Amino acid sequence: MTQTTLPPVPKTEPVSAPPRGISDRSRAERRLGWILAGPAFAVMLLVTAYPILQAVYYSLFHYRLTDPGNRAFIGLRNYGVILTDPLWWQSLLVTLFITVVTVAVELVLGFALALVMARALKSIRPFLRAAILIPYAVITVVSALAWKFAFGLTTGFVNSWFSWLPGVSTSTDWFGDKWTSLLVICLAEIWKTTPFISLLLLAGLAQVPEVLQEAAQVDGATWWQRMWRVTIPNMKAAIMVALLFRSLDAFRVFDSVFVMTAGANGTESVSFLAYRQTISRVEIGLGSAVSVLLFICVVLIAVGFIKGFKVDLSQARGE
Amino acid sequence: MSRREKAWWIVGGILIVLYALSPIAWIISLSLKGSSDIANQSFLPTKAVWDNYTQIFTGTASDLFLPALRNSFGICLIATGISCLLSMFAAYAIARLDFRGKRLILSAALGVAIFPVISIVTPLFNLWRQIGLYDTWPGLIIPYLSLTLPISIWTMSAFFREIPWEMEQAAQVDGATTWQAFRRVIVPLAAPGVFTTAIIAFFIAWNDFAYGISLTSTSASRPVPAALGLFSGASQFQDPTGATAAAAVIVTIPVVLLVLLFQRRIVAGLTNGAVKG
Repeated sequence: MTQTTLPPVPKTEPVSAPPRGISDRSRAERRLGWILAGPAFAVMLLVTAYPILQAVYYSLFHYRLTDPGNRAFIGLRNYGVILTDPLWWQSLLVTLFITVVTVAVELVLGFALALVMARALKSIRPFLRAAILIPYAVITVVSALAWKFAFGLTTGFVNSWFSWLPGVSTSTDWFGDKWTSLLVICLAEIWKTTPFISLLLLAGLAQVPEVLQEAAQVDGATWWQRMWRVTIPNMKAAIMVALLFRSLDAFRVFDSVFVMTAGANGTESVSFLAYRQTISRVEIGLGSAVSVLLFICVVLIAVGFIKGFKVDLSQARGE
Repeated sequence: MSRREKAWWIVGGILIVLYALSPIAWIISLSLKGSSDIANQSFLPTKAVWDNYTQIFTGTASDLFLPALRNSFGICLIATGISCLLSMFAAYAIARLDFRGKRLILSAALGVAIFPVISIVTPLFNLWRQIGLYDTWPGLIIPYLSLTLPISIWTMSAFFREIPWEMEQAAQVDGATTWQAFRRVIVPLAAPGVFTTAIIAFFIAWNDFAYGISLTSTSASRPVPAALGLFSGASQFQDPTGATAAAAVIVTIPVVLLVLLFQRRIVAGLTNGAVKG
């Protein structure tokens, strides 16, 4: 398929860096830079790097808070216990299912929203923008509660409204079955986070050069052709950044699962599994091992995206 | 644009508004249902009553809800303040100075932003218990920085990059002192970026549930989202649905107000940090 993009503008290299050694001025500038940015950097590392290292350490112990006397170094045995337990694989599958379904739907829906917002009349654009920001700003727990009550057997209106659909009646228990529970969880997640994707895509749409659109139109390209051959290829970077951020975010799903099902009927996500081991069962060793595995999964997804799809993060960084 | 085409875009616009607001309308409607209406299986109450709101403000649920509301406001404002202050200096350095390590700081911020919260919760849960920070305000403010700092650094650097810093020298050439130039020229230019960053950081802190539910155990520091999560399981009142819905509406009011007042800035802040336009 031929795609129309503008040729990349060659980056102008700085004429020449000082050949060797750094001048007093740039040394002073570097010092000032670190004095100003250092505290933020240090705090950031302190609140994340330190806990994760601690988690790695704890994960090598048999350690339960209710039984601190029996704390013992057991090497990688916690990981062995987890990786041979079907519970871990089930929660991993559930998490992957939620991630893939929500991100795929959000991408399509978010793109549609972005297109409407981009073309909307100037006068109604602020209303649309405010409306779309509301799901983004509403806290996840509230969104989860709203959807839970709407589908709830006694509290909801969904059953009575949609009883004409096959399989739905006034006594349909959405949270009594794994797949219908997951469906409602996905709906809540999609509602809450599509706006974020659509705003990123809207910013990407604004970057598509107008000249290319006009040229394609003059050449007689249909709307559909312009979409696939001009618009989408030109906003690939924005799409990839949106996908990467949302996938990582979706993989951490916790709030909705906690509020809507509390992991019942095999709807436990990896984050919820880690929470349950640590906080409810106070199995610090085992919980830490799940946390470390969760962390590794997130890193793998990020690396996979950056290497596999060649997401250019300097684009995201605005350099 | 032809009239027909225009009509289509208007229909699209109405669909967007319906999409965004119907769950909110539903939770408001639910919060106005009396106890006999909760299970009426319809969207609207037969008669709107304030019972649920009196229950969470003065009734049986108030000792769960009111301290949580105070905790949420206090903890989120302090965490937002600290991360804005720290990232203001960092963003100034990133936007204005040329030094090695700039990339490292921005990459670290990105790394921290994608960090799974639950992975931090496990070790903190144990550490906080040992050093006495479990179930205290600082015990939540510190981990909240892992949520608010990275986004603050990114968003603010993006804003600060667009400030015409030459204006400062220009003012000095015109006879202003360094302090005057900073106060009269740079502060007004930088303030909107700082303010927008603060709003976004506040949203993120306000939204937290995982830290709130794991690192607190009493109303001494439990924030609203965690309290809401527990409402549904609590047995201290017969049917918690109405009270939960009312509490959900109350916590939604501040963020909706911020959105309505500052929507243009928030959109700029969200997209500037991620995709540079």
